[in-house]
Amino acid sequence: MAKKGEWVRIHSVVLKAEERTAKLPEDTQKCDLEMWTKGFLQEDAEIGDEVTVMTAANRLEKGTLIEVNPYWSHSYGKFVPELVQIDKQLREIMFGGDK
Amino acid sequence: MAKGLPKDYASVMGRSNDIMKEALGLDYSEFESGSIAFDYDALMESTGYTLDEINRIQSRTGVGNTPLLELRNITALSRKYAKPGYGARIFVKDEAANASGSFKDRRAACAVAHAKKLGYKGVIAATSGNYGAAVASQAAMQGLECVICQECFDSRGVGQPEIIEKARKCEALGAEVVQLTVGPELFYSFLSILEDKGYFNASLYSPFGIAGIDTLGYEIAMQCREKLGKDPDMVVCTNAGGGMVTGTARGLLKAGADKTTVVAASIDLTGLHMASDVAFNKKSCTTGHTGFGVPYATDPDHSDVPRSAARPLRYMDRYVTVTQGEVMYMTEMLANLEGLERGPAGNTSLAAAFSLAQELPEDAILVVTETEYTGAGKHVQPQLTFARENGVEVRFGNPREEKPGESVVLPADPGLFKYVEADVNHFRKSLIKKACKGHDLANISDSDLEYLAKETKTNVDFVKETIAALQA
Repeated sequence: MAKKGEWVRIHSVVLKAEERTAKLPEDTQKCDLEMWTKGFLQEDAEIGDEVTVMTAANRLEKGTLIEVNPYWSHSYGKFVPELVQIDKQLREIMFGGDK
Repeated sequence: MAKGLPKDYASVMGRSNDIMKEALGLDYSEFESGSIAFDYDALMESTGYTLDEINRIQSRTGVGNTPLLELRNITALSRKYAKPGYGARIFVKDEAANASGSFKDRRAACAVAHAKKLGYKGVIAATSGNYGAAVASQAAMQGLECVICQECFDSRGVGQPEIIEKARKCEALGAEVVQLTVGPELFYSFLSILEDKGYFNASLYSPFGIAGIDTLGYEIAMQCREKLGKDPDMVVCTNAGGGMVTGTARGLLKAGADKTTVVAASIDLTGLHMASDVAFNKKSCTTGHTGFGVPYATDPDHSDVPRSAARPLRYMDRYVTVTQGEVMYMTEMLANLEGLERGPAGNTSLAAAFSLAQELPEDAILVVTETEYTGAGKHVQPQLTFARENGVEVRFGNPREEKPGESVVLPADPGLFKYVEADVNHFRKSLIKKACKGHDLANISDSDLEYLAKETKTNVDFVKETIAALQA
């Protein structure tokens, strides 16, 4: 149960695939145009319910409740071994004697 | 805005011109000639801001007067691959020092200050790039509401790490971020919100946005004169929507630096369709690439305003491309040899500069126009991790072997950095062809011919020859 006033993320379909009339490549033509935003939940609800939120720009927006207390999880990625090789190479060329 | 208007796709798109007019406080029809030409100079003057006034606005908001740093070690490394006596001194404008971490603050400062002056309650921008954070930052300073519309996810809901970081930053600065899946109909959602809220359209392509970049070129000329006693021989600008090339060149000209060669540089993403759901996450750099650079250069008016103030073919002398692998390697080089950890996309022009410098004499001055901030997602490591996770091969080799969407080839040796010269005349002809579409080629007026010559930095004879070839 998500409580009124909690910060949540919502999802909606702006245009169904068949409603998309713009000039699109074939793969995109098969997809819905989807939208996500966040805001303060306007009434108690469960995940999956159709809800209304008040966004950071004071806009009321409707959508399906998908996440409560959403947070960012992007990162600095995994180890990429090539990068330490580049660093080593550059230091050798520049500071380890002439090429 | 009137309530109760139908909000379906066709209705909103049909009201596009009226929504735009309200949202820019500018009637573009005033600048139209009725044929091909429009009065670009009058559009740029319509901002009513002089360079001094823009400088004052930017100074108040933590924008501009960024350091011009000499990259001594990168210059020394570049010279190892140049013939004796060659290898220009490479400098970079550290635009990451702007309030929100990129040169886009220059565009946003002027646009948002103008919105405030006109009494708008908020600002909106459609961007997946650094411009979102720039608008959000300036809106925070001016106490305005802010909405940023981003093309962010593919149909699996997977987002580019670089774009996700930009969303995070916009939110951190108080903006609402509306995220969408791939497709140009983002413009519909954008227009719909714009209409409901009655905001100012802080478009990347309005004259306010472009006039804000003039200070970048002006500062480069002034800093070079002060530090080095002369104008730069070459300035290299990353090219996507064309704003940086346009504004920087305008600023250089305003400073009287009319001998400086202006080079546009983009990452070569040839073959990746920009509106493709599948190709969306096959990119390993989401901006500064040819997917924006070429269409916006050859058809500037397909943006979110009736006439774009960013018209790079008016100003560029050359257009070169580099690869994603070169840009990633260069980002490591900047960190390791110069102690500057910056975002990869901002190093597109620096990657080109490394080999361009080798063709200039040692006493020549080459200025790279930007750096951008780096952070989680917006960094070599997560971007290359993301490439691997999306089936893109990452390896060492010759960057010329890179196939966008299939591989990222890191130079096996710095000597393999080599920009590729694009055929600017081909782009110029393409612009002329697109501009003349729907017009009688046998009867193009003298004023339209002159306009097209200015649009392409050529002359009337070039335009005439191009049109003759189109007729044949």
